Amino acid sequence: MAVRFLSASVLYLSEYILGAAKMATIHTRSVARLMMAPSVILLFAWMIVPLGMTIYFSLLRYNLLMPGTEEFTGLLNYEFFLTDPAFFDALKNTLLLVGGVLAISVIGGILMALLLDQPMFGQGIVRILVIAPFFIMPTVAALVWKNMFMNPVNGLFAWLFRLFGAQPLDWLAVAPLTSVVIIVAWQWLPFATLILLTALQSLDEEQKEAAEMDGAGPISKFIYITLPHMARAITVVVLIETIFLLSVFAEILVTTNGGPGTQSTNITYLVYTQALLQFDVGGASAGGIVAVVLANIVAIFLIRMIGKNLEA
Amino acid sequence: MARKVSTQRKVAFTGIAWTIGFLMFFPILWTFLTSFKSEGDAIASPPVFLVFNWTLENYHEVQSRSDYFGHFWNSVVISFGSTLLGLLIAIPAAWAMAFSPTKRTKDVLMWMLSTKMMPPVGALIPIYLIFRDGGLLDSRIGLVVVLTLINLPIIVWMLYTYFKEIPGEILEAARMDGASLMKEVIYVLTPMAVPGIASTLLLNIILAWNEAFWTLNLTTSNAAPLTTFIASYSSPEGLFYAKLSAASTMAIAPILILGWFSQKQLVRGLTFGAVK
Repeated sequence: MAVRFLSASVLYLSEYILGAAKMATIHTRSVARLMMAPSVILLFAWMIVPLGMTIYFSLLRYNLLMPGTEEFTGLLNYEFFLTDPAFFDALKNTLLLVGGVLAISVIGGILMALLLDQPMFGQGIVRILVIAPFFIMPTVAALVWKNMFMNPVNGLFAWLFRLFGAQPLDWLAVAPLTSVVIIVAWQWLPFATLILLTALQSLDEEQKEAAEMDGAGPISKFIYITLPHMARAITVVVLIETIFLLSVFAEILVTTNGGPGTQSTNITYLVYTQALLQFDVGGASAGGIVAVVLANIVAIFLIRMIGKNLEA
Repeated sequence: MARKVSTQRKVAFTGIAWTIGFLMFFPILWTFLTSFKSEGDAIASPPVFLVFNWTLENYHEVQSRSDYFGHFWNSVVISFGSTLLGLLIAIPAAWAMAFSPTKRTKDVLMWMLSTKMMPPVGALIPIYLIFRDGGLLDSRIGLVVVLTLINLPIIVWMLYTYFKEIPGEILEAARMDGASLMKEVIYVLTPMAVPGIASTLLLNIILAWNEAFWTLNLTTSNAAPLTTFIASYSSPEGLFYAKLSAASTMAIAPILILGWFSQKQLVRGLTFGAVK
């Protein structure tokens, strides 16, 4: 799969250089190519050099604490990484994190978009309030939630729990992954809401009125008219959020550090601990390539969808 | 809208929507309020909302204990630097693709997008080692380069969708009048493209300002932007909620304001034109 990136880009670059394309004149053709060159070359280098090096490192026994002992080990790093119990935990946590945030943001996003599309006073202000969390720096969002809401002694949740006579929870110790999901979902729910609201507002009002005249109730109107209309936007939200959610890092680093144990470690965080805390370059590189493969599977769907959309 | 809406219904929806909007915004509001409290008031139980001794103490404290504005300045340099550098590289490319499209243009755009899909951990180790050996760790130049590269696909894409809306006939007319390519770009295209370029600039400054993978991994102190600086509050000592809130408020306020202006561009930029 990682090879897909490589082969595809080699193909594009060579066609690009050979100039399979025809343009108006030789003059504009070469100028246009010259104008594209910096972007294409830089992105090509950015993709090919680190990925190539990561693949190369993943085949070595290479620890920064033992310089000079690098040797070729074939696929041993992959064997270690993929059979490590921490990998299974991380894979499970990654899926739960992505799945949990997606469920909250898509379902919540649809409901919020439907609500914000209704006639009301101060619609613009509500919209601004709802969208705001998306612009919050991840480290700020995570630390504010961790300390001022989820802290078992001084957090607002603890106060609310006590107010209703319940025992306050130590969120990050008892339910670390759920806590991370809540924090990340708070940041991404606004994104889903904004995209879905934009899609909803392009729905033809007359179509809804026609359905109403035919006697459709609000639920059948939603299922047969609104939902199909939003389908593409929902797909886009799912795919784009997945790309970003596979790489959630800062929220874990500043709250749970992946713990307790590996209870809130995702694949991104696991690779980080192997690379920059254990200095195991070989093993971490193998993990990095595994992450690239996983992201690639999602990317293929996204690229196809957006590509189709370009033609339309 | 053609249909009549009963006032009662409108009031009901207003109530529900405002409640939800308030709840979503509450963590930000709470951070803002806490930044003006004393550390004692910040952890008071029951919590104090508006009736407390408002103080600017925390803002002074944050600056005097650490070089807050140094980190703020790093964020400014890194986000503006990477965005401007990205625009410099991307504008010619987007221009060429929008006005001299070939049958390969779509593939090039798709390929650029695919580079954005590569998870950062796939590149972390080589970049870290290259930076270590090149003395670029904890340097602003290093981060500007990395953030330019990770946001370049979005910049090219956004510019491309804006440039495509500029009618080609105007360029042809300019060409008829004997304008050279450079003149065409500078005198005809640029003025028409300014709104699109401004939107792209805005969204990318937001993205770069909040970027928290590369900034956390590649900086520690000297070049640390606010993302890294705020992360240092994850291992606190003593009472720190009010100080954390003051540091956070200053870190998020500018981008929150920019963000509210860029809602439309955000949809367009982050969905790569798939939702408008």
